[in-house]
Amino acid sequence: MGHIKLTNVIKSFGAIDVLHGINLEINDGEFVVFVGPSGCGKSTLLRTIAGLEKPTGGDLAIDGKIVNDVPAADRGLAMVFQSYALYPHMSVRQNLAFGLENTRMPQAEIAERIAEAARMLEIEPYLDRRPGQLSGGQRQRVAIGRAIVRRPVAFLLDEPLSNLDAELRGSTRAELAALHARLSATMIYVTHDQIEAMTLADRIVVLRAGRIEQIGTPLELYNRPANRFVAGFIGSPHMNFLEGAVEAVHPEKAVATLVGGHRLEFPVAGATIETGSRITLGVRPQHICLGSGENSIPAKIRLVEALGSETVLHADVAGQKILVVAPGQHDLSPGLDIALSLSTAPIHLFNERGLRL
Amino acid sequence: MSRIAAFIFRRKGRNGWHWTDIVTWIWLVGGLLIMFGPAVWLVGSSFKSPAALAEFPPTILPYVTQKATVEGYDKPLDLYDATLPDGSKAVLAEVRRIGVISQMVDPEKPGEIIKVNISQRTPVRTMAFATTNYTEPFTHFDFVRYLWNSVFVTVTATLITLVVNSMAAFALSKYEFRGRTFAMLLILATLMVPLSVIMVPLYSIVSALGLFNNLWGVILPTVATPTGVFILRQYMLTIPDELIDAARMDKASEWQIYWRIVLPLTAPALAVLAIFSVVWRWNDFLWPLIVLSRKELYTLQVGLSIYSGELNVQWHFILAMTVVTMIPVVLVFIFLQRFITTGIAGTGLK
Repeated sequence: MGHIKLTNVIKSFGAIDVLHGINLEINDGEFVVFVGPSGCGKSTLLRTIAGLEKPTGGDLAIDGKIVNDVPAADRGLAMVFQSYALYPHMSVRQNLAFGLENTRMPQAEIAERIAEAARMLEIEPYLDRRPGQLSGGQRQRVAIGRAIVRRPVAFLLDEPLSNLDAELRGSTRAELAALHARLSATMIYVTHDQIEAMTLADRIVVLRAGRIEQIGTPLELYNRPANRFVAGFIGSPHMNFLEGAVEAVHPEKAVATLVGGHRLEFPVAGATIETGSRITLGVRPQHICLGSGENSIPAKIRLVEALGSETVLHADVAGQKILVVAPGQHDLSPGLDIALSLSTAPIHLFNERGLRL
Repeated sequence: MSRIAAFIFRRKGRNGWHWTDIVTWIWLVGGLLIMFGPAVWLVGSSFKSPAALAEFPPTILPYVTQKATVEGYDKPLDLYDATLPDGSKAVLAEVRRIGVISQMVDPEKPGEIIKVNISQRTPVRTMAFATTNYTEPFTHFDFVRYLWNSVFVTVTATLITLVVNSMAAFALSKYEFRGRTFAMLLILATLMVPLSVIMVPLYSIVSALGLFNNLWGVILPTVATPTGVFILRQYMLTIPDELIDAARMDKASEWQIYWRIVLPLTAPALAVLAIFSVVWRWNDFLWPLIVLSRKELYTLQVGLSIYSGELNVQWHFILAMTVVTMIPVVLVFIFLQRFITTGIAGTGLK
């Protein structure tokens, strides 16, 4: 139930290749999130799994059965659309019943399933209203309800929270997580919001330009990004990248000269690094400390964003931009010269091609 | 009431008349006369007797000259207000007219003939409605038969038009296939072919199908309209594709998607097309005239034309029946105005 396997799936629209050989295995009951910038093909991938788009090449298997030529309706999947796609001329009850009526299910069972879903999603009071008379959050629940009553092998959710306001998005996110725990069904979720991805996912699939950049648990992606793109995409604010060249390599440590001439030490941690090669050092803004001392670099403040609980500093290290999130409140102003310490920060190393070392 | 008056008589020039006020008034009043005048004249004239219709100068309202039966004369005589040679005025009945002199009698004193110059007399007239113009065709002619034929043609043709055109529009708006745009352009291009060009081939087809002298011969050639396909397609393009994807995920067949999702959502455009279709089919004259040659199959518009014979045109019946045939169209316009204006605004057609 709900095991989906993609083997070398390719999708092109005319001459434009949208997906280049996607290999992915989704286990039963897993919550998988596809993230990536807009236009990366994540929605196309979801629609291909749903059967709304036909793959140009490769195989798609659900529970071990190749479903390339099975129409969307017969794959046993249910989808929640970004716009909810509720039928505006039908009441909520009719919206929920439509898919079941099409399978020629007895009326009594339809009523029972609707009642159950309505109770679960707390939409019972609105069952006889039209979608146009509901608020955004209520419509969202109806859209999810329409998927639930089908009892699908997997749920496909295409940016389901993007039309909600920030507060509702937070609470609905928690409800979705609870729903997944309760139904223990496979869910595939597309979003460009990394907070949704981090909080909901068992595993995250990061996509860029139709290719999978990395698959992993949220913390794996955060702690060990496979390349510069994933490192920059996961985490907020995004990771700082400092360009430089390797000056010397010691058994435990190496020294790099940054663009602009500052020297920085970093742990090697088993990576093979050659002296003289170009390197990118990645540091998360939260891991940089204010203050001079061992392994620190001077910087000039360009902008200060005081958020109360933390202060975001936009600074300049010899022409390279750097972001620092310092906890608490600091009396700093633009133009000031400060020192940034990286002595305790985990440093991610990327080679010239952006791959992790 | 005074506020309405204040609203209507508002002027740009606060105290005097700005030139735009004058132009606006002339434009609007002139427009009212041009648009509404013929209709008023038609309705007024439909109540006139044949004699009153032939009168010159014509009048808007139906007047008849009063008549009086005078002793010694078989037929009733027309009454006139006459100014006598001595300057006094009297109501006299005209016996006969010779040149510019009218020979008249006083109805009270039938023996004495009074000669009056015709410029010295004016007819005594009262308004009278010749309702027989309306009742006669219902009793003596097959008006009810024609009415039924017209209703049948209009309703059937409209229903088929809606179904056929919406199916074409659905395919042209919601399916991706090669030559979709070309097919749409081809359909639109037929707008430029007038009926008179395709009349003869169309007649051959209808005749070969054995639909000559059959109401279906009137209905079927008219049901596929490029205008209808265009209106519906443009509207269906605005229905989000996600709805159709959702229906597909809901195991709906393509027919169900069309019938249960797309068609109900196209209702406003269907209403517009239904109105157009009713008006077109109701007012159709040339095509029914060609296809139908048996009198009992005539539609109203064709039926009306038989009142104008080769030698004698019965204008009073034609006018009265024209008023009757206008009623459904007028009702459609009054009650469905809102849809019609959106339809015209949306398509630039009428």
